[in-house]
Amino acid sequence: MTSSKLQVAVDADRCQGHNRCFAIAPEIFDVDELGNAVVIGDGFVDDTLATKARSAASNCPEFAITVTEVGQ
Amino acid sequence: MSGRQTPVENWETDFDHTDPTWVHDPYPIWKDLRARCPIAHSDRYGGTWFPSTHELVSEVAYDTVHFTSRAVVVDNLRPGELDLPAPIGVAPPITSDPPFHAIARRMLLPAFAPKKIAALEPMVRKLCRELLDSTSGKSQFDAADDYTRHIPVGVIVGMLGFPLEDADIFRQFITQVLEKVDMPGEERLDMFMQGEIETYLDKQIEAHRAYPRDDLTSFLLDAEIDGNKLAIEHVRGTMILLMVAGIDTTWSAIGASLWHLANHPDDRRALAADVSLWPTAIEEFLRAYAPVTMARLVIDDFDFNGERLHKDDWLLLPFPSANRDEKVFPDADRVILDRQENRHSAFGLGIHRCLGSNLARMELRVALEEWISRYPDFELSDPDSVTWSKGQVRGPRSLPMRILA
Repeated sequence: MTSSKLQVAVDADRCQGHNRCFAIAPEIFDVDELGNAVVIGDGFVDDTLATKARSAASNCPEFAITVTEVGQ
Repeated sequence: MSGRQTPVENWETDFDHTDPTWVHDPYPIWKDLRARCPIAHSDRYGGTWFPSTHELVSEVAYDTVHFTSRAVVVDNLRPGELDLPAPIGVAPPITSDPPFHAIARRMLLPAFAPKKIAALEPMVRKLCRELLDSTSGKSQFDAADDYTRHIPVGVIVGMLGFPLEDADIFRQFITQVLEKVDMPGEERLDMFMQGEIETYLDKQIEAHRAYPRDDLTSFLLDAEIDGNKLAIEHVRGTMILLMVAGIDTTWSAIGASLWHLANHPDDRRALAADVSLWPTAIEEFLRAYAPVTMARLVIDDFDFNGERLHKDDWLLLPFPSANRDEKVFPDADRVILDRQENRHSAFGLGIHRCLGSNLARMELRVALEEWISRYPDFELSDPDSVTWSKGQVRGPRSLPMRILA
């Protein structure tokens, strides 16, 4: 393994259910019954989804999504 | 001040969101205010503030301590005269404050969650196709009259389970609430006190009590908060909210997007040629032509970014101006169909994020998809005769189109 991984997180206190992340990256996010975003699984995504993860973060109106690089 | 407003000469000290110059094209006014006077004040409507930058609009939207949502349409009525006692407000949850707001909103959210709304897409598509069918063979028609204005009203009336032929009753009521804001306070109070809309809603509620069905009216009649059914004022208020917030707004977004496409041949060609552009394009239309400016009331005197705000001052919350803020959106006045970073606030920010945003976004996309697939090439037949709505919801009310292909 040479590539680094990304960890994606949604701040539930900030999320207001705009649904932008779920529309951009349904592989990474799901929405609950109220329409608020949750990260699927443990939140670790590999390189193939890096662009989508960053795009979801940079389109969230509430700044609720963080994407952090986790060293390998 | 009573009576219709006098023309505005100074936007920094005497602005009026119903002034013809503002209604015609507010963007240059807002741009100037953002640069020179980010918190403008006017004595009109009993005292109104206009914070125009993204930063200030966000700050107000997130502050439920100093600002109340008890009334959200700026007019000449003194705040409170028509309102139910706080915290419910006249049209919950948009007019509610914490903590009641969260309870009323939580009850409604599941009905408007993304997956629930996706199930309505075939119905919306069918409605759009039927409307376009009825324009068939015409080389010129008014896209507002014949297309955009029928879409959201059909959807909301259908969701509430009301007779579709009653759509005109709603349209008339909505115009009274949203556009006739500059009439004298007493006249406006008389208009609301006649209570025609309440009588109509009571009739629909009775019909649903007698024969419950799978629609939002029966959903509201069944709903409980803490084991109690909703008060009838709450049911009626939420119905009024769905009509006022769900119809003019989406109609405006669809119309403004078509207006843009009529003026920009390159953009309509790009959309017709490349489906992968659509997701970012829809968000870009929502950013650039966000229809809704909200409002708040100041709860008590306090200092806000160097200005002394007073109890019961109005404060307009212009998300459309925040969306044009160059500090947040490079090249903000230009529509860039593939804009990659777009944290627009067309649906608001904070706890009052538009409940119907998933529905509105789906309606906008389907209405534009169906239009472009039927009429890939079109232009305004008479650009000077386009008219825009007045007040806190902005969209074209007449949109004369010439079909080219």
